[in-house]
Amino acid sequence: MAGADGDDSLYPIAVLIDELRNEDVQLRLNSIKKLSTIALALGVERTRTELLPFLTDTIYDEDEVLLALAEQLGNFTMLPPLESLATVEETVVRDKAVESLRKISQEHSPVDLEVHFEPLVKRLASGDWFTSRTSACGLFSVCYPRVSSTVKAEIRQHFRTLCSDDTPMVRRAAASKLGEFAKVLELDYVKSDIISLFTALASDEQDSVRLLAVEACVSIATLLPQEDLETLVMPTLRQAAEDKSWRVRYMVADKFSEKAVGPEITKNDLVPAFQNLLKDCEAEVRAAAANKVKEFCENLPEDNREQIIMTHILPCVKELVSDTNQHVKSALASVIMGLSTILGKDNTIEHLLPLFLAQLKDECPEVRLNIISNLDCVNEVIGIRQLSQSLLPAIVELAEDAKWRVRLAIIEYMPLLAGQLGVEFFDEKLNTLCMAWLIDHVYAIREAATCNLMKLVEKFGAEWAQNTIVPKVLGMANDPNYLHRMTTLFCINALSEACGQDITTKQMLPVVLKMSNDQVANVRFNVAKSLQKIGPVLDSNALQTEVKPVLEKLATDTDMDVKYFAQEAISDVKLRSTNQSSAQDRPPLAALQNKVF
Amino acid sequence: DVISTVEFNQTGDLLATGDKGGRVVIFQRETESKGESEEVGETGDSGEYNVYSTFQSHEPDFDYLKSLEIEEKINKIRWLPQQNAAHFLLSTNDKTIKLWKVSERDKRPEGYNLKDEEGRLKDISTITSLQVPVLKPTDLMVEVRPRRVFSNGHTYHVNSISVNSDGETYLSADDLRINMWHLGITDRSFSILPNNIVDIKPANMEDLTEVITAAEFHPHHCHLFVYSSSKGTLRLCDMRASALCDRHTKLFEEPEDPGSRSFFSEIISSVSDVKFSHSGRYLLTRDYLTAKVWDLNMDKGPVETYQVHEYLRSKLCSLYENDCIFDKFECVWNSSDSVIMTGAYNSFFRMFDRETGRGVTLEAWRESSKPRAVLRTRRVYNGGKRRRGDVGVDSLDFTKKILHMAWHPSENIIAIAATNNLYIFQDRVNPEAQVQ
Repeated sequence: MAGADGDDSLYPIAVLIDELRNEDVQLRLNSIKKLSTIALALGVERTRTELLPFLTDTIYDEDEVLLALAEQLGNFTMLPPLESLATVEETVVRDKAVESLRKISQEHSPVDLEVHFEPLVKRLASGDWFTSRTSACGLFSVCYPRVSSTVKAEIRQHFRTLCSDDTPMVRRAAASKLGEFAKVLELDYVKSDIISLFTALASDEQDSVRLLAVEACVSIATLLPQEDLETLVMPTLRQAAEDKSWRVRYMVADKFSEKAVGPEITKNDLVPAFQNLLKDCEAEVRAAAANKVKEFCENLPEDNREQIIMTHILPCVKELVSDTNQHVKSALASVIMGLSTILGKDNTIEHLLPLFLAQLKDECPEVRLNIISNLDCVNEVIGIRQLSQSLLPAIVELAEDAKWRVRLAIIEYMPLLAGQLGVEFFDEKLNTLCMAWLIDHVYAIREAATCNLMKLVEKFGAEWAQNTIVPKVLGMANDPNYLHRMTTLFCINALSEACGQDITTKQMLPVVLKMSNDQVANVRFNVAKSLQKIGPVLDSNALQTEVKPVLEKLATDTDMDVKYFAQEAISDVKLRSTNQSSAQDRPPLAALQNKVF
Repeated sequence: DVISTVEFNQTGDLLATGDKGGRVVIFQRETESKGESEEVGETGDSGEYNVYSTFQSHEPDFDYLKSLEIEEKINKIRWLPQQNAAHFLLSTNDKTIKLWKVSERDKRPEGYNLKDEEGRLKDISTITSLQVPVLKPTDLMVEVRPRRVFSNGHTYHVNSISVNSDGETYLSADDLRINMWHLGITDRSFSILPNNIVDIKPANMEDLTEVITAAEFHPHHCHLFVYSSSKGTLRLCDMRASALCDRHTKLFEEPEDPGSRSFFSEIISSVSDVKFSHSGRYLLTRDYLTAKVWDLNMDKGPVETYQVHEYLRSKLCSLYENDCIFDKFECVWNSSDSVIMTGAYNSFFRMFDRETGRGVTLEAWRESSKPRAVLRTRRVYNGGKRRRGDVGVDSLDFTKKILHMAWHPSENIIAIAATNNLYIFQDRVNPEAQVQ
């Protein structure tokens, strides 16, 4: 394909090839990404004899170049460079090389697979360095289903060897691929080979290996017929749940509910094991188990689910509510509300409600927040009224917390709460809080408060806004503190769209215009910015007769910033008045909020 | 510059030193196949260590929040187990740990389409076919590249780093805290384990009575590590027990003899170094005057105690005044755990045979590092009969300290740092009888 007549079409390819070894990483990266173009120009033969050897030895390069190379090579059937990439020390590059090799393997015919691919896997599996052996672990499962039975036996042997490798890194790689490999094996071999490997890895001396075996347990359990589970898998799982290392128990807690082991084993083994994890001496384990409470309960066999939860799980959950570790409590608080849908109205009121209430009074704000953020689950079951008596003090306390991040978090739940509690309750109890945040001494809180108002207006409508919020917001325009006066402007920016043209023009605009005479320059240039922002909501008449003169006056202000923003606004407003369809292309609301200051 | 750390890699073929100027120098042992294989023991340069690569690991830095200068001095170097043709090492100064890759390169690509090798552009019209770069052999180049920088993990000075046997994590210790890192993750929030595996910082710094002086992982069990304190205690922690290792599994402590208590007791009992034996069964510690061997199975007290320079006991007052009493001597095991070695003053270092309990004092000086020179044993005159060549306690040179040293992992080769000089001694005659 390489034209011999010195034509111009060679030039771009020549540049690409030269830049493969440019000093600039970005240019090398660029060339690597166009590898297919280069290969196409060189033709099959030259790609194989010239490009291939060059790429195979390019493993000195920066990680990002190698990563790109490993990815690109997935589009070729060029094994040698990938083989060398599969031995580099950087895990991401190795993983990408393995991924590409797996992709390529699918394009091999069964014969090619045995002649070319399988030998590569074997070379990697018996490589001197552990990096190559770890890479091999990920390749067995793609070869296995498509090769002859002799080769299959060899592959099983290799895998077995790697499972008992000297270095923990290889054993970890093998353990993490055990489940995947088991899936492609014949059931007989799963029982004879995989189980013994699994048992060995699950009792490895290094807990970093054992904990990966727990993960494999999940996939193996799904492969085996129910009657074999008890003898083949359960002993190991029971042992893992009581492992000396908390990290292994943590894994069990974390992967637990994914196990499909059937109702009988669940009742006899998993429930007691889960109880133990909920009572574990290590807080990390309890937190992981607490996180799984809802999922675990959901997956219990339905016929006696309620009974199991009530007699076995709930007592443990009750203890966790007063756990000494706040991470455990907050993990529980994030899921405990979900139990109400499983247990139904009566049980929820009798047993869960006291727990919710206790957590609402917890000393740790995160626990309270997690309860409040999941109120919707309870609302469906028992209605929020049951909670509201306790909810209110909890909310008020969070709203006044000394840490501004806590206040910020509760503000973010306000729209949700408002939706659940209804407008009446809100007006009565929460409205004052929402207004108080507007004059918080932390800017982030004031900002969130304005955003919150906007969401409330979207929920309760413009009429509600006009009666409850707008007067208060506009009242702040006369506040002696200029920061509060600016808050008025920020609120107007946020609310104008939700409130609509009528309210904006009649009530908000006069206030903004009046503020253009403010003595603080920051207020004045924010007036300019506000006018620019609410411009799209106003009708063109108001724009021309009221907004424009004010902006023109501001454009001659003594302050540089005021001038600048006024001019910005003028050019923007002009643009809009000439372009009537402007409402379509104004920045989205989110962008608007970002620009609030 | 003044050498501040010495460390062999796992095979012993490479030796790295770090110095006060933030430089790391790597020495490589000449491969014996280069000389005539028959006369390996006799040829001059076979088995010798020559400079392999030198690079600047750390630069002086400034902490703007605390208005503190951060020295570039390399506090510790640790090699990672070899994972491919390249070698990796961790180096740390007071605050920042860096992972370096040391690799060799003996090929260089050649051939451009649009320019010649000197970089002159070719006439485009002469280009009629594409050229793929070809790799040509060149002289061996050693490349050292930074791979990871683990920063912001320590508020106080890092005194130890130790690579875990699981091959993916390591620990770093400062005065009050031990951090656990994943080698692939520099941003601590991503680490698998909670980072502060040990944290002894009291609520009020006035209440601080004890600091961490050294920490090390067990050579085989990935869940065990030990740390030593300024009060002379060792704590063994099991990471399986809980995420935060604030409760030790075992406490090794020697009961204090009330009779010998003095103003200096606490200072001289501070442990300056702790090392697991290769077998993993014993711990070797060094305090100001002694080296001790502890059995992991016995926490009542050390199983062996070796006096390194007991004659200094009467000099503690002046050693306190010139700050020498705070010197941090390191200690090492030989490959078979049968001999221990530690440093002293006046360019002396000491070796103790654990079998016989006998110790020798050796001197690191220029003459003895010549090929085939014999290490000189020395004696410090301390009452009794004075022999020729003995050095009086008063004439010891306290500026010539031997603080840092390393022992080859499988052979009787030792590397001794004596201020600016690195001495490598090797036993060629009979590897089994090094000590005498």
